[in-house]
Amino acid sequence: MMARLKRRAWLSAGNLALGILLLWAGWHLFDWAVLQAVFLPDASACHALEGAGACWGVVAEKYRVIFFGRYPLEEQWRPLLAIFVMLGLLGASAIRRRRGRRLALLWASGLTVFLLLLKGGLFGLANVDTPRWGGLPLTLMLTVFGLGGAFPLAVLLALGRVGRWAALRALCTVFIEIVRGVPLVAVLFMAAFLFPLLMPKGWDIPSLLRVLVGIILFAGAYMAEVIRGGLLAVPKGQAEAAQSLGLSYWHVQLSVILPQALRKVLPALMNSAIALFKDTSLVIIVGLFELTGALGLAVDGDPKWRAFALDGYLFIAIIYWIGCFAMSRYSRALERTT
Amino acid sequence: MKIIFLLAVLLCPGLACAGKTSDAILERGQLACGVSTGVAGFSAADSKGEWRGMDVDFCRALAAAVLKDPNKVRWSPLTSQQRFTALQSGEIDVLSRNTTWTLGRDAGQGLVYAGYIFIDGQGFLVHKRSGVMSAKQLDGAEICVQTGTTTEKNLAEFARASRIRFKTLMFENLRAVLKAFFSGRCQAFTADASALASIRANDSGKPEDYVVLPERISKEPLGPVVRRGDEDWFAVVRWTLFALLEAEERGITQANVDALRARSDDPAVQRLLGVGEDVGKPLGLDREWVYRVIKAVGNYGEIFERNVGPASLLQLPRGINALPRDGGVMYAPPLR
Repeated sequence: MMARLKRRAWLSAGNLALGILLLWAGWHLFDWAVLQAVFLPDASACHALEGAGACWGVVAEKYRVIFFGRYPLEEQWRPLLAIFVMLGLLGASAIRRRRGRRLALLWASGLTVFLLLLKGGLFGLANVDTPRWGGLPLTLMLTVFGLGGAFPLAVLLALGRVGRWAALRALCTVFIEIVRGVPLVAVLFMAAFLFPLLMPKGWDIPSLLRVLVGIILFAGAYMAEVIRGGLLAVPKGQAEAAQSLGLSYWHVQLSVILPQALRKVLPALMNSAIALFKDTSLVIIVGLFELTGALGLAVDGDPKWRAFALDGYLFIAIIYWIGCFAMSRYSRALERTT
Repeated sequence: MKIIFLLAVLLCPGLACAGKTSDAILERGQLACGVSTGVAGFSAADSKGEWRGMDVDFCRALAAAVLKDPNKVRWSPLTSQQRFTALQSGEIDVLSRNTTWTLGRDAGQGLVYAGYIFIDGQGFLVHKRSGVMSAKQLDGAEICVQTGTTTEKNLAEFARASRIRFKTLMFENLRAVLKAFFSGRCQAFTADASALASIRANDSGKPEDYVVLPERISKEPLGPVVRRGDEDWFAVVRWTLFALLEAEERGITQANVDALRARSDDPAVQRLLGVGEDVGKPLGLDREWVYRVIKAVGNYGEIFERNVGPASLLQLPRGINALPRDGGVMYAPPLR
């Protein structure tokens, strides 16, 4: 009895200490990030802080380059609108009521508007070539189109790899193992620099498209293995039962096997999606300036502001965190309702 | 990098893939210029995304010469790993990205340097309170270095040649090196002297507490690079550089270029500004090309002052980058 009381007391003392510690740390963080911080684009005020507070002024000064990369200044309302279109689409999909055909239609039109806004060349919008796309819209675009392309590819690869035809099985296996065997950076480098040399003269596929295909192949190979795990976890009896009802191969897969398989691997799939979202920051090595790259572009060459690059990185880290957290909440909601 | 070059050679004999560079530029209506992803004073995007710097102004000058409009430039910000590949593959027409001219790069990679636009050299930044006056006194010191460039190699060669020993602390990026140096983790920081000067002026907080030592342990002539095999384009790039120097020598500035063109009776000035002997024809340009270049970006001295000179954030003295008459090495053969 005494021993239990004693342990209780220790535990609550521990809780108290932890609480005080958290409060103390929280207060200092708040003090640093808000109370002492400089919010105006004033470099000398930031220097005067000497680290006592955050310098959000770097974001206030460089927000154009950070959010929109190299997009032409006078047209920047377009990527801004495009960000809201994409967020609207993602938000609308997260609301559980919309389903099926309506949602597909919404996405098709939303993505068309998104691309039209960025590219222009129609309806009096000036044409903006893809190398100048950048910042947050580019991060969103690479993630959404990357996932949108990688997922169907992954399903096909996974089905191929567990399927009946030996040649197809071998082909899918070889593809997956090769792509998984090289780093994403190498895939991007090949897509950006080697591929153009191998193309016939006069062919000019924009680097962004090449890189996007590279990302799709890469993410597709990883997700294929996740989905294969799900396929193997569905009991054989399910397929046999469906076949005995006279359903065709695709009907069996689409209506019986895949829904069960995907449900089983939903957390792992979301893991891949989150990884892809963050991996898009690697496209900087081929000269595309998404959010992370755009921050470097904004501060690295400015002696006045480069001392506060860390504050800038903290700012975009918050943006990444919001994205990842939203994805993880969405995945949890899906797990509960399906 | 080597593999890409070999492939390029195999697939396009003579590396003439892009055809005649000048024709391609005219057809495109834009000069494709490779710059850095952000090196202060040389090429960097400002808060509005506008490109600024010496290397940037040089590309504007080229565009003014060839396309008659300094704004017709397509900028390609390149990392140091990408830069040569982008040029070899024909993605850019000229690499103007503070790139050191060395034998290995000038020969054997299908590239050729058109000259130098800025001469740099590796130096040391030290804390003044250490009392160190010369790099030779740094025996046994801990030195901060940024990895991935020739800096480490130069440092090792300097140590061997002068029989002293350093302890090097390597850092991946500039921010990390600066943090380490300013917090006192190392006694000295080595990098190109232009970078050290700008770091002392802008990042140290107290410039008077730091000294750039007098020694230069490497030669870093930075200049524009083009593909080998297109002599015509090479000549345009090289002579645009010389024209900027010649204009400074003759006292032609952005401000007085119109007045001089109308009034000057110095044959050399007349030639340069398109009212005398034609100096455009041999290059395949019109006779007023130098006039447009100076009108657009000013002469070499003006470009230097505006971007890296004493009044800029970098606060660099002209030093070796002055004209020969002022004790520098920026010499242009005659434009005639």
